[in-house]
Amino acid sequence: MSVLINADTTFIVQGITGREAVNLTRECLDYGSKIVGGVTPGRKGREVHGVPVFDTVQQIVEHNGGRVPDGSVVTVPPAFTKDAVLEAIDAGIGLIVIVTERIPRGDVAQMVEAADARGARIIGPNCLGLVAPGIAKMGGIGGPAKNTEQAYQPGSVGVMSRSGGMTTEISSTLTVAGLGVSTAISIGGDAIIGSTYAELMPLFEADEQTEAIVIYTEPGGRMEAQLAEWVADNDSRLPIVAFMAGRFMDDEEMKGMSFGHAGTIVEGAEDTATEKIARLEAAGIPVVERIDAIPDAVREKLGARA
Amino acid sequence: MRFYEYEAREIVKRAGIPVTDFGFATSADEARAIAERIGGPTVIKSQVLTGGRMKAGGVQFADTPDEAARHAEAILALEIGGHMPRGVLVDPKAEVKQEYYAGVVWDGTRKRPLILFSDMGGIDIEQVAEDHPDHVGRGHFSNLLPFSDFQAKQVIAAAGVTGSALTRLTPIVARLARLFQQRDMTLAEINPLAQLEDGSFVALDAHMEMENEGMPRQQALLADLGIGADEGTREGYEPSRFEVAVKDIDAADHRGVIQGKDTGFHGNLGLVIGAGGGSLTLTDAVRSHGGRPANYSEIGGNPSVAKACGLAKQVLQKDGVEKIAVMMSIVSNTRVDIVARGVIKACLELGKDPAETIAIFRIPGAWEEEGFKILDRYGVEYCDRSVSMHEAAGRAVAKIQGAAA
Repeated sequence: MSVLINADTTFIVQGITGREAVNLTRECLDYGSKIVGGVTPGRKGREVHGVPVFDTVQQIVEHNGGRVPDGSVVTVPPAFTKDAVLEAIDAGIGLIVIVTERIPRGDVAQMVEAADARGARIIGPNCLGLVAPGIAKMGGIGGPAKNTEQAYQPGSVGVMSRSGGMTTEISSTLTVAGLGVSTAISIGGDAIIGSTYAELMPLFEADEQTEAIVIYTEPGGRMEAQLAEWVADNDSRLPIVAFMAGRFMDDEEMKGMSFGHAGTIVEGAEDTATEKIARLEAAGIPVVERIDAIPDAVREKLGARA
Repeated sequence: MRFYEYEAREIVKRAGIPVTDFGFATSADEARAIAERIGGPTVIKSQVLTGGRMKAGGVQFADTPDEAARHAEAILALEIGGHMPRGVLVDPKAEVKQEYYAGVVWDGTRKRPLILFSDMGGIDIEQVAEDHPDHVGRGHFSNLLPFSDFQAKQVIAAAGVTGSALTRLTPIVARLARLFQQRDMTLAEINPLAQLEDGSFVALDAHMEMENEGMPRQQALLADLGIGADEGTREGYEPSRFEVAVKDIDAADHRGVIQGKDTGFHGNLGLVIGAGGGSLTLTDAVRSHGGRPANYSEIGGNPSVAKACGLAKQVLQKDGVEKIAVMMSIVSNTRVDIVARGVIKACLELGKDPAETIAIFRIPGAWEEEGFKILDRYGVEYCDRSVSMHEAAGRAVAKIQGAAA
């Protein structure tokens, strides 16, 4: 099994005629994903790699005999993202992956609230999507199908990462080590995102294929504290290993600066790398210093449980 | 995007929150004129984007317009925390009965705005929250439904405030919450929010920060405040020559993104690295091996050869840079061969030998075979994904330390 997507998952691409969207459509189709339509207002009647383009999400639903697609990948400019996401939510789509970056937090908060009200889930913004190795992928994660295949082999470890690129680096390391990946989710690098580590944990918990979790994390925000609390409150069967990047940002000279992703802005004492590492370790989550140390840390954790 | 106090007060005033009859001056004469208009004792406050003004002598009290002018002259020449003031704010000296705190911030975990209110204003709210938690009210509110005054009232009441103060503070805090939403703020704070001896309530100081991503749709407000595009996002520090140069190269070409920072970096190993998370990981890795990065950088989104070359050249031209390490996490969009071409071109154009100058090239992924062929031709040491990011950083550090020894 896998988390959030499977072999039958159907999805659409909003903003499908954009340069990046055309590429990710090709990559997803090659990987075996089922893309049932795309939206770009005013471009109805065109095709992108054989995928029909419509003006509205509603038209796709009608075209598919009233069947609502399971998901949508949204890749439209930041000023139009909120509208596109609200359109997807309104159509009844349950999983929305927002690729777009530089969306104001106020808009993200509105999209998340609207999704919550309708029981929809948002992944991102500022993410590369998710992949269930060997089954399907949603978004540009891993790049072209053959590259995705090389880095992501099916296995037992669930991956959640605030960095899209590092999702692939970590998964590749797990693949080479023979552990493999159950589902990898690029959760997004912004200060407010649709689904945090703690919010996704119950899904991995319910997934039989997943035996351990690896997270990639950075300074900024309280997402790690939330995960530590979740671990303390839930008797999870899944051991977690964390990697923390951006330790150098704790230096006095780097105060107030943001690196890498918008979400790395440190707004309080609890947001620093040092504080987060202490918090995660107190919750029994080892924080490794190098990516290549992850497989051994996972094996050690799994061994301790066995 | 940070605002000066005089701008923040103007934003607050436009939201319908009462403020004092303050003025902004960039010369002693202007300050005198404002003090004359006010016609009583005044406070002269340095307008800098940094804290600790009071301690540094950037806030002075004056009884007469002449005294106000003298203080203004001194404060205008006073550097605070490395910043020269933009001007001075001349404020009527207020007779304060009680100081309150009102602020709105984002709560990223709850994904909603959060109001904080206290009847112990004028001091650091985090300290108050720690020492006197019963004097701090908090409340999240929806960013989708219209804000209603009762939400402000609840938070004020939770801090233990009642009577006429509660009813008079409610619309002020409600306006602050709406202003936070409508103006794409990440921080909207009035501290102190004061009740004066005459019973009126005014914002005596305000601190506003607008999200950079919100700036495009707040152009009208920014223009009204006289803030031009040339001011950028007003980082807390002056961008370096290197940072400006990299930004210009990035802006000249829409393909891909490059970023560079060297504020706070003083080393000899130039970093041409990417992408977002990869750059953070690699900077840590270099330091953990005892290496000293000369800069931070990010390559992403498949830049052109010219862009990759431009970044590498800027790094190589920094004082004290002996070698560069070209490293990224596995790429799927950015092409390895294009970055390889770019960094080799940079070496050649500066009359440097790529094999000597590039300590290591570790970018696995899309078009790597083509990239490695080019690197082979110039004798540059490279590695694929079988060499970890940590190990690659270690090789670069070993090389530069070997060269220095």
